[in-house]
Amino acid sequence: MSQVPSVRERRTVGLLKRLRLSRAVVNVILGLVAVFWLVPTISLLVISLRPESLFGESGWWTVFTAPSQLTWGNYTTIFSQGFAAGGVLDSLTTSLEITIPVTILVALISSLAAYSLVFGSWRGRDWIFLVIVGLMVVPLQVALIPVVQLYREMGNLFGLNPYGTIPGVIIFHVAFGLPFGIFLMRNFLTGIPKDLLEAGRIEGAGEWKIFYSIVLPLALPAIASLAIFQFIWVWNDLLVALVFLGGNVHTPLTIFLYDQTRSLAANYWIVSTGAVVSIFVPLIVFFSFQRYFVRGVLAGAVK
Amino acid sequence: MTSITTEEPNVTSPKASRGRGWWRRNWVSLAFLAPGIIWLLAIVVYPTIATIRFSFFDESATKFVGLHNYASVFSTDEILTAFKNNIIWVLVFPFFVTFIGLMVAVLTERIRWATAFKAIIVMPIVFSTTASALVWRTIFDLDPHIGVVNAIEQTVSDWFSAPGAYPLNSSTGETVASLATFNAKGGPGGTLVSSSAVQPGGTVMMGLTRISSVTLQTLGAKTPVAPHEMAAGIAGLVWNDFSTSQPSNTTSIVSDEHGLPNLRLSLVSSKGSSVASTVTDASGDFSFSHVAPGSYHVQILASNFQIAFVGTFWLGSPSLTPVSSLNQTAQSLLSVPLIDLAMIISYIWIWAGFAMVLIGAGLAALNREVLEAAEIDGANEWQTLRRVTIPMLAPVLTVVFVTMVINVLKVFDIILNMAPGSSQGPATTLALTIYNDGFTGGIHSGLASAVAVILFLLVVPAMLWNLKKIKG
Repeated sequence: MSQVPSVRERRTVGLLKRLRLSRAVVNVILGLVAVFWLVPTISLLVISLRPESLFGESGWWTVFTAPSQLTWGNYTTIFSQGFAAGGVLDSLTTSLEITIPVTILVALISSLAAYSLVFGSWRGRDWIFLVIVGLMVVPLQVALIPVVQLYREMGNLFGLNPYGTIPGVIIFHVAFGLPFGIFLMRNFLTGIPKDLLEAGRIEGAGEWKIFYSIVLPLALPAIASLAIFQFIWVWNDLLVALVFLGGNVHTPLTIFLYDQTRSLAANYWIVSTGAVVSIFVPLIVFFSFQRYFVRGVLAGAVK
Repeated sequence: MTSITTEEPNVTSPKASRGRGWWRRNWVSLAFLAPGIIWLLAIVVYPTIATIRFSFFDESATKFVGLHNYASVFSTDEILTAFKNNIIWVLVFPFFVTFIGLMVAVLTERIRWATAFKAIIVMPIVFSTTASALVWRTIFDLDPHIGVVNAIEQTVSDWFSAPGAYPLNSSTGETVASLATFNAKGGPGGTLVSSSAVQPGGTVMMGLTRISSVTLQTLGAKTPVAPHEMAAGIAGLVWNDFSTSQPSNTTSIVSDEHGLPNLRLSLVSSKGSSVASTVTDASGDFSFSHVAPGSYHVQILASNFQIAFVGTFWLGSPSLTPVSSLNQTAQSLLSVPLIDLAMIISYIWIWAGFAMVLIGAGLAALNREVLEAAEIDGANEWQTLRRVTIPMLAPVLTVVFVTMVINVLKVFDIILNMAPGSSQGPATTLALTIYNDGFTGGIHSGLASAVAVILFLLVVPAMLWNLKKIKG
């Protein structure tokens, strides 16, 4: 800072001093950014609340001068199909059937593995951990084809072929959720003092007892972060579901939306209404557990 | 570790610890790890190795073909396009998302409604890319009644040049001058001017042709009426000088011809300046009253033929080509499809919140004293940001940047959902070609596996960087 500033620099400095960012200017700039960021979401909501016939006839923004356009019609139509296969509610159920087991399995298996990696006494734990961290960036595209074939082999050998079934999707998602899960849980568990476990051992508790009655309660914040992160990740997946459930009768919401896009202009009312339904669940999760979600994002920076 | 040694204080060397005693002490711990390890081996590690193997075999994974698939990768147009698009994504997206994340994170520290602002920016991360892509697909729609972007473009475009009643598509080679048939000729700047001069008290008749009957119908054009002379004024008529009953008559009005309504005219003096303006009525008549003595021409303004706004086809074929003097191959290599830009903007909308959260956490952890010291030393905000904040944030910025590079190498959902079928070819990426080659129309492992291995190799540097960061 002690150097003599160049002419160009001095000029910039002068300009900036005159333009010194006041609080008001910052508020205006960020206000505009916020509006820009809200427009897509608002447009989706408005389109889903306008009659099908108005799409393509007038812009959704005309609703601000003619609020009478708003109607629940699209929602009553898609919900009136009930839980019949191929409908929105069926897809919503399928999304939950995939997401909830994956979230629970990843949280449980990761916690167990991290416990072992942190509190075990055998050598080579650090190396195993490094390999697992390395797996975090493996693109899941790399594993798709062999896993499809592996599933078929399972069908040949045991008569249980997970390909095309919800368990097939779950198995795949769990595998690709584990590296991050173990990474996050291990980092958290290393912060738990070993003396606490020691106290448990003195009282004669076994490893399992120590795991679920001492470590798990302490690790709840980390588990919450992991679970939310995993839930949203799987809820929003399209590729894995397409590969393993593509032709299925019951498909998750992402496939439901994707299928409608092929004739977007004709189906936009279904697409927008379905999209609102599909973002509703993660939004609730996000707003209820925002703090944990942000923690998960911070920890997941390397994913 | 200490816990176990208290139970077994006699353990001296690791070798002595192997065997039954070792198992007895560690089997529970290993059993805890086992489900995770087995799962990872079966669904991540083994398949990765299998894919590498498949990439050296033919499509049905039965015949060894050596490097043939890799050779095909670099000779298949679709995959080369994918490479090009991936390069565009990697060059543009991580930089902008990090930059915007930084700016927003720095500015957010100074507003009272930071919590609400952060929630707004972060929210799109929790939406599925599928849903976001669909939203943005309508935002960039060609039709200004659907797409906001084109609606804004249209408003701005109309502001500068409103479309005329008689739009002329210049791309078909039609010129304004070619419309003139009677007492009219092409004037300066795409106007039409009456051939003969006229004095106050006189009349002007101008005949045009090749006006579509649809246009005439929508404008409500009526039968032309010959103008009546008026004192100290100039009256006139502009009509569509084409009769189906008398096609060769181009000099006078025929009853099945039409006047040309809504034409914007101006009266031009002999010095070339416009002295008055008017608009034709439904039968093509017009008049200028109170005209000073002199000699005049009537001019049909160029704006009458201004073509209506045609939206930008963001999600279609157009692309930005930087240098037009290059040959075609170089041009196609350097051109950036508009749809890539539209998708990158959408993707920034999704991911800027991620960058903001990370950089914001980095900012919060910065040493305030250093920042204050810079301020006390007289550094202004820009200097503080450039010379102090950014260098101190470098590690976080790198994390964001690298994460976004990895993310964008695998970009898939947004292309599948935002690019309409016809644009998916030009917008494709490596991840999309793996899906298309490997899974649509049966499973073909050879080529798709080779692309997957290449994608994997591209990610490996990031993986090593991660390991180094975690170890060190």
